[in-house]
This record gives sequence, C-alpha cells and structure tokens, in this order.
Amino acid sequence: MRVNDSTSALDALRARIDRLGDGRDRRVSGSFSAGHPGLDAAIGGGVARGRLHEVFGAEPEDAGSASAFTLLLALLAKTPGETGQASPLLWLRTDDAMRRSGMPYGPGLADMGIDPAGIILAVMPDALALLRAAADALRCPALCAVVIECWGSPKVLDLTASRRLTLAAESAGTTALLLRMDAQPSPSTAETRWRIAAAPSAPLAANAPGHSSFDIDLLRRRAGPDGLAWRLEWKRDQRCFVEPPLSGAVVPVPAAGPAADGGALALGAAG
Amino acid sequence: MAEPLRWAPPDDTRDLPTATVEKIRGAMRLSTVDTDALTLGLLPGMTLADARARIPELRVFDCDPHADQDWLERLCDGARRYTPMAALDPPHGLVLDITGCAHLFGGESELVDDALDRLAHSGMRVRHALGSTPEAAHALARFAAAPAPDEASALRRLPVAALRLEEESELALRRAGLKTVGDVASRPTATLAARFGAGAVDAVHRLLGKAAKPLDPRQVAAAISLERRFPEPVARTAYALAVLKELVIEAVGKLGERGQGGRRFTATFFRSDGMAFPLRVETSLPVRNPPAIMRLFRERIDSLSDPIDPGFGFDLVRLSVPVAEALGPTQLALKGGEERNTQGRIGEGSVSGLVDAINTRTGRRRILRLSPCDTHIPEQTQLALPAVEARTPAVWDAPEVGEPPLRPVHLFDPPQSIEVIAGVPEGPPVQFRWRRSLHQVSRYEGPERIAPEWWKAPDGALEGHGLTRDYYRVEDARGRRFWIFRNGLFGAETKNPNWFVHGLFA
Repeated sequence: MRVNDSTSALDALRARIDRLGDGRDRRVSGSFSAGHPGLDAAIGGGVARGRLHEVFGAEPEDAGSASAFTLLLALLAKTPGETGQASPLLWLRTDDAMRRSGMPYGPGLADMGIDPAGIILAVMPDALALLRAAADALRCPALCAVVIECWGSPKVLDLTASRRLTLAAESAGTTALLLRMDAQPSPSTAETRWRIAAAPSAPLAANAPGHSSFDIDLLRRRAGPDGLAWRLEWKRDQRCFVEPPLSGAVVPVPAAGPAADGGALALGAAG
Repeated sequence: MAEPLRWAPPDDTRDLPTATVEKIRGAMRLSTVDTDALTLGLLPGMTLADARARIPELRVFDCDPHADQDWLERLCDGARRYTPMAALDPPHGLVLDITGCAHLFGGESELVDDALDRLAHSGMRVRHALGSTPEAAHALARFAAAPAPDEASALRRLPVAALRLEEESELALRRAGLKTVGDVASRPTATLAARFGAGAVDAVHRLLGKAAKPLDPRQVAAAISLERRFPEPVARTAYALAVLKELVIEAVGKLGERGQGGRRFTATFFRSDGMAFPLRVETSLPVRNPPAIMRLFRERIDSLSDPIDPGFGFDLVRLSVPVAEALGPTQLALKGGEERNTQGRIGEGSVSGLVDAINTRTGRRRILRLSPCDTHIPEQTQLALPAVEARTPAVWDAPEVGEPPLRPVHLFDPPQSIEVIAGVPEGPPVQFRWRRSLHQVSRYEGPERIAPEWWKAPDGALEGHGLTRDYYRVEDARGRRFWIFRNGLFGAETKNPNWFVHGLFA
C-alpha cells in the first residue's frame, strides 16, 4: 500500500517535472520489448522509442555480434505483424566501416531473421556526413529505426552531436541506435548504453558452432541502475533472446534487482 | 561547327608563340603548336630542343589530353544552347547539327557569329565551317583554303587528307596521283574499293553526302525540355533559382498532362561566356511535386564542392526531364494533409524522400539496397543496387527453421588472408592468425565445398575460373564466429592452399 502511494506520488512529480521542461511530452513514444524479460525489466519495461541508444562493440573482432545485436533491436522495434518493406531500417555506415568489417551480407542477415529487403544501406564518406545524414533520417517517421555505425572516436561525435541526434529522434519518434566500434564510452545523451561481445555458443551435434550468443552488458541507463550483464542466445524463429540451455561458463546475473526476477521468470517459462 | 584550336592564358605574354610538348619515342617533342608558332616555322613532331634553338622565346606547356577532353566536353555542354544535337569530334572539334535551329537566332550566319563571339571571349581561336553533312563540315573547317562557288566544288578541292583515311591509304592515294577529293571521287568506285579498300569509298561517299552516318550527340534530347532566355545576363544565382522554380512548375504541368511523373531532372545554367553548369537530380519514385523537386535541386547545390559561379551572368536556364514514368493523377490534399498518390507518399517525411535527398547529396553509389542473386559464389549472391533504382524490394529466401546461421552477417570482399595451422593439409583449422591476433578454434563445422562455376566457362574448363573453396564455420575460444575457407584442393588443385577469412558471424 505504502509502495503504491509512493509510486503514484513519484509519477505525479515526474509529470510535474516534465511540464517544467521544454513542454514536449517525453513519455508519448512508448517502448518496445528488447526480446527478453530480464533485459526489459532492467531498462524499465523496454527500449524507449524515439531515443538514442548506444551499442559498443567490445573489440573490433566483435563487429559481427555488435552490429547483429543492434539490427536485432531495430528488428524488435517493428511491430510484429509489420513487413520489412513497410517501415524499412536505415543503416548508416562509413567507408571506414566497410573497409574494417566488410559488407553487410544479405543471406547472413536473413539467417538471423532480419529481412535484408527491409534495410536501406547508406555508406557515407566520413563521420560528419554520417551524422548529418543521421539527423535528417531521424526526422523521417516512416523509418522503424536508424542504425548509425561509427568506427573509432571522431572529433565530431561529441556531446553536442549526441544531443542533436537525441532531439532529432524525439521530434519524429524514430529510434536511433548508435553503434560504436573500436571506441571508448564518452559522455552522451543516450538513454541506454550497451556493450556487446560474442559469447561461446551452445555447441550443436559434432561440436559445431551453435546459435548466435551474445555477452550483453548494460553500461549505463539514464533513469535506473546499470552495470547488469547477461549471456543470451538469439532465437530467430521465436524472435526473442533466451538464456543458453547449457553453459559451462558463469552467467553473471546479479543476485538482486529486476534482472534477477526477469531471468528467473524466463527460466521458469523455459522449464 | 567549330574547331577550337588553342587557347592562351590571359596574361601579357599571350602574344608569344606557344606549344605543348609530350614525350614521344624518348624525346620531348611538340605535340601542338599555335598559329604564331606555325608562322615561325614550328611543326608538331619537332623536338623541343630544335624548336627552342630556333625560337628561344617559345612558351611551352605539357600536353594534357585529359584536360583537353574535359574542356571540349564543357564547350560541348555550352553549345547545347544552340541545338540539342551537339557532338564531340575529338581531339579538337565540336559538331553541331543546327538543322531547324538557325531561325531561333535569326539565321545561320547570326548563329555562327554568336557562337564565335562567345568562344572568342573565352580566349579561343576557332575555325568553323557549315556543311550539309558532319563530315563535310569537319573537312571544310580544317582543310578549306580558297573560297569556292558552292559546297560541292569546295569539297572537291580539298586534299585527300580530308577523307580521314589511315596514313597508308592516304599515302597510296597521293602516290597514285590522286591529290584532291575531286580526283578520288571521279574514279570508278569498284577500282577504288579494289585498290584502297571499302573504307576509302565510304569516306568519299560520306564526305560528298551520298551516304549518311548519324551524328552521335553527347546528350540525347529529353522529351520535356523548357528554357528561359534572359535579354541581359543575370548575375544573381538566387534569381536564376527562382526562374528554375517557375520552370519546374511549368514542367510539372506538362508531366500532369501526360499522366507522368519525372524520375530525373536536369537543370542547366548557361553562362554568357559559353560555359554551362548542369545539375542533375534523381528520384526513386516518379514525382510531380514542385517543392520536392526544388528541395532536391537545393540539396544538390549545397553539396557542390564549388558553388555555381555566375561569372558575368547566366543568360539561359534550361530544365529538362530525361526520364519520366507513368504516374496517376493526384488527389488534391485536404488542408493540413499531406499529398498522396496511388504509388505511395512523396513528401518530406517519406522514405523515398529521404532516399532521394541522401542520393542527391552523396551520389547514387552511396545509398543502396541489397538484392539476391542466384549463384553459389558467396560474394556474388547479393547485389548492392542504388536505392533509387531498386524500388520493388527483393524477396529473400527464409532460413530453415532450427538451423543456426549458416552465412555471416558481414562479408569481406575481397576475402582477407590469414595464416592457419591445420592438423593435416586437407583438414580443419586448429588455429589461425587474423589481423595480428591469434584465434584458437574451439568449434568448427565443415567443410562446405563451393566449386567455381565451371558450367559458365566457354569450354567447360576449370582453368582460370578460380579454385574450389572449402568453407568452415569456426568459433574461437572467446566465442567469435568466423567464416573461413581454404582456397584450392590440396594436391589436386594446389600444392600449398591459402586460407582466407570471408565473413563474421554474429
């Protein structure tokens, strides 16, 4: 009873603070599920639409995993019944990214459950053109999400640039996913910040590499606890992440907090 | 029809004899000379040392054929103000088909005067001739010496060099005593063909107008082309753009009458000094919306590395629609609503609008859509097409239920070379070094053997068609998944097969 009182008081205060701001309603765009109850719980019910989210690749060799995770988030941003063609995803890259991590490969994307026909790929000459195109693209409400892939730490990608992206994303409600490879986190206005690395997969018959697995770290969250970590496997056919069925490695699930509940819930559902 | 001979830089040394040089057969030789140098006795082909010895004050420049070609192309674009049929006649000429265009300028001689005037202003020395065929004009501009009563007799007086034959045939004609075109034309064609080849007969016929060869214009005339001429040159770009906007509205009206929408638009700003600035924009859907078209033009101007320089002013603005496609009539938008048509929205917020804007700003090779291609060769199974062209999204095969990803999400093209240690030469990899870091293979699947497409080789031969590749899906100790292959079958195709990493899995 007490708890409910305090949450309603908190909501009222939040609403009041929002009214004090620039007058824009920041809660209107809603959120979408990140494909796993534990992830959703840790970030307040889902990935916020119309915001900037940062995904860092742990190392340059993790380029495949980091970009796949980002694209999967973009895939989940689509409402399930929607086809890829109706609201495509714009993937902005630079020439540098093409050189360092290769060309996006349609058959492989289709294998992940991402329809390559729903992807528009834009390859910009440099980071400045990339950010400019990103700001334009985020103002286009017909896109489901904009993935902005940036290698290294260019000078132009500073707090101001990140603020611009956030404002552009808010103006049309398009989700911005900033994929940073070979870079260290720097101050930004991102709603959430993730670090993605490839994780050993659950082997199939004859010790063959199995389904795509990710080590997911929630490095930062604007309104809530951070520092949580998961090891999850992507289930293409169910369009969701699950805990790997059997893993020798330690899964660093925190003892307390929303992630623990979500994880338990998922395990309960699986078992 | 004009032949720009040489141009001289505008400084106080412009009266000095000038030549360009290039290295021919190990010596610096004059490749072109101007009229001053010609009167002083210099000829193309002379060595630079000889020329310098004779004329010490000779100004010499390096020969730059690419710059010459570029300049000629720009002149050709500028000449499109007179006629849509403007063709290059390399290395030094332009051919304009002014049939039906001369009256717009008050007659043939007025048109010629106007063209010569403009070219003279940009420092060109020009020889020109009018002829009833392109070949006749070409020959008269270069070889006509004395005035003649009519074109036919002028042509007959020309030297055989005007036939543009190969050097040997020309020499043979002269040795046979046939010095002029008239001499050659008076011979029976059968003997001419037997002795000097069919080419000689063709050349004579074309020169004398008995056979026609169509002109190959630099740009094909568009179906819709509108222009606005100014009595006085306009020096302000903003005004020229306002005029362009009027033209766009006019063109959209014409497109509407035809039930079409434009896919490509070209605006050309002709400067009074004869230069022309073409701006091209392209849309992914047929458009009949003036603000959208103007937005693309502005985007294009913003992305130019050097802004449009009006110089002494523009005196002609032309808008053409080279590519138009069917587009149904549009419903008038309700107040506050967005314009819609049967083929999707075209407006500020639509995907096609965004694609067009990025396409205009950065070029068509930079905004792409992936499209599948029916082949087994991994790097050829997808095509990256410009998004403005790939309008109907491709259909990709759905993966098999329950299978892990069998193809990587990133593909390296070309594949990246790696050092591999394998247990046996034809066996799976145990560890490999890629980008200076060592990866221990903990899991692998393979090989998946992909053979070169021998059935596409003309004689079914495998040689020269690449090697058979053995692909492995491998996972290293830290969980990174790679797609690597061994190029060539050990023993059968190669002694020491190389390994490559071809892709990264998620």
